[in-house]
Amino acid sequence: MLLLPVLIAGEPHFGPMTVIILLKFKKLSFHSRRKNHLQHLQFTAFTLVSPLGAGTNATLSALLAGKSGLARCDFLDVDLDTYIGRINGLEDRPVRSDLAAYDCRNNRLAQLGLEQDNFAGAIEAARGRYGRERIGLFLGTSTSGILETELAYRQRHPETGALPASFNYFGSHSCYSVSDFVQQFLGLAGPSMVVSTACSSSAKVFGCAARMIEAGLCDAAVVGGVDSLCFTTLYGFNSLGLVSSRPCRPFDAERNGISIGEAAGFVLLEKATADTGTDAVMLLGVGESSDAYHMSTPHPEGLGARSAIQAALQAAGLTAGDIDYINLHGTGTKSNDAAEDQAVFSVFGSNTPCSSTKGATGHLLGAAGVTEAIISALCIQHGLMPGGLNTRTLDPALRSHYLLQNRRQKVSRVLSNSLGFGGSNCSLVLGRGSEGGGR
Amino acid sequence: MKIFVEGVGVLGPGLCGWQASQPVLAGTAPYVDAALVIPPNDLLPPAERRRTGPSVKIALAVGCEAVAHARRNASELPSVFASSAGEGENMQAIFETLAADAREISPTRFHNSVHNAPSGYWSIATRSMAPSISLACYDASFVAGLIEAGAQALSGEDAVVLMSYDAPYTQPVHAVRPISAGFGIALVLTANKTSRSLAELEIGINRKDGASTPITIAQLESMRLGVPAARGLPLLAALAARTRNQICLDYVAGNQVNVAVHPC
Repeated sequence: MLLLPVLIAGEPHFGPMTVIILLKFKKLSFHSRRKNHLQHLQFTAFTLVSPLGAGTNATLSALLAGKSGLARCDFLDVDLDTYIGRINGLEDRPVRSDLAAYDCRNNRLAQLGLEQDNFAGAIEAARGRYGRERIGLFLGTSTSGILETELAYRQRHPETGALPASFNYFGSHSCYSVSDFVQQFLGLAGPSMVVSTACSSSAKVFGCAARMIEAGLCDAAVVGGVDSLCFTTLYGFNSLGLVSSRPCRPFDAERNGISIGEAAGFVLLEKATADTGTDAVMLLGVGESSDAYHMSTPHPEGLGARSAIQAALQAAGLTAGDIDYINLHGTGTKSNDAAEDQAVFSVFGSNTPCSSTKGATGHLLGAAGVTEAIISALCIQHGLMPGGLNTRTLDPALRSHYLLQNRRQKVSRVLSNSLGFGGSNCSLVLGRGSEGGGR
Repeated sequence: MKIFVEGVGVLGPGLCGWQASQPVLAGTAPYVDAALVIPPNDLLPPAERRRTGPSVKIALAVGCEAVAHARRNASELPSVFASSAGEGENMQAIFETLAADAREISPTRFHNSVHNAPSGYWSIATRSMAPSISLACYDASFVAGLIEAGAQALSGEDAVVLMSYDAPYTQPVHAVRPISAGFGIALVLTANKTSRSLAELEIGINRKDGASTPITIAQLESMRLGVPAARGLPLLAALAARTRNQICLDYVAGNQVNVAVHPC
């Protein structure tokens, strides 16, 4: 059986300036026992609704044109001076009538995602190949349908304090609601769960799928993430002083916070076969780690991010030089970008082109991981390294090779980072199918 | 999927740790109902400890017990956190603030609102940089956690610690999602048999064809039905009995998880 490693010790891809960090890191490394590579999984189908539009083509066109999906906040009665990446029209698109119990903004967004890119058709075909019980479903979300609860709290009974009778916890607020909804929408009946590790949620689901397929508990998996705008995240990030009053500017010297967005993305993952072509997009590696540092501030030296990156490279059987482009977490906060830059620079030096696409999409929180995995897949398919938007003056203290302009060239392998509250880190490595399919 | 149990932790009303609960679950000592008592945990600095709610405290308590039972080092173990709802009380305080005019959320309440707050505190407390995942699967959260932890163990980890826990909401959410008590279970799981293995678990996912395994003690049966994390109690009862046993746990989408328990 092929084994899936998650986290490994440092590999020697460092310049002299990083020796001290490396030595420190070595002490903290304890997973060197895992040497085996990830079994390659193919992105058979994928779909995305992001603030750049519905369907992967909308996101691709906007990236090619250097267009941002961020706009001044007009969400309900939010009174914050900020920009958001909002999906328009969800208010008028209730969920399918047989699933009305699940109607909430988050599940409406999930449904809109499932309706794009002939994704439902691809799942129907997969059901025919495997049987509905053999397709797993692993989705990430950070806030599920809690917008419904936030609004219900405004309508509590004046005497009893009870929530309005129309409030449905199970179909909206419940952290599992989105997987339950999507499983029924797609007619699946395999293993299922929601991963909720803040902003790394929908990156970590790729690891779950790989492990579950490896363990033989399913033959294929739908992974994804859905997160929708709500008051808790807008006012919560604002309370931490992390919400920018301008469209976010990752890696800019003047960056001052995030722009919050919403998105839904889904990927059908299947084992690579002898027929897998060289133009197929493959999941080559997943690396996970914890910061063990602070609940809402990343490790200042980016040690957690760094070990996740190295674990993903190790799982892919690759070295830093094999990566063509890095899609950064790059939120636009002072601390995230500084810590992530240290992590990336320590592994890649200043050679590997990297950028954050959050200037275009905003921070999609629990949907960030899958959105950026899909953007990475589009980069491989279309030969694109997207330049980061909104950034005017690169922070001179950051040393990674941050792209401000789009580059059109062959992209074979991409690393994508997702770093979350609670010190939860996950890096993915995607690449082209190799000749003759997977191992 | 075949995995081994090396350590157990449990905490709930009248269940104060695995050593004390084992005879109760095995049916050789009476169950005595009592309020939940969370043992003090000095792993977190006092300032951090003050900021944590019942879910974090329960998760850390059972996790520490299971890791100590397995004589493992917590900092080296990947961890799986499984909970239906996370820290409901904290979330409700945020909702109340947001429903008021000022909407000034406490930053601490906000960072504690993430479902992976117990995981974050665990990694800080145990200085563990190992991977950690936090998941939810409504009433089947314990089962989903067991499957994820088992799959992780098989993926090349030496050992994985699973912590499944829930704490009640207060009103008004309690009325629409009643969770009857604070409760937690932790298991240290390994892919290979060790000198400390307590039992082998043979786990399979099947279409549902029968009722889930109940607990014969009435109060514990109502706890099993009243708290998602307590759905794992039949597994603990089988481990406590130290006899070969087959249990059935409800999963999702018309599936059940069958666990054959073979004591080592």
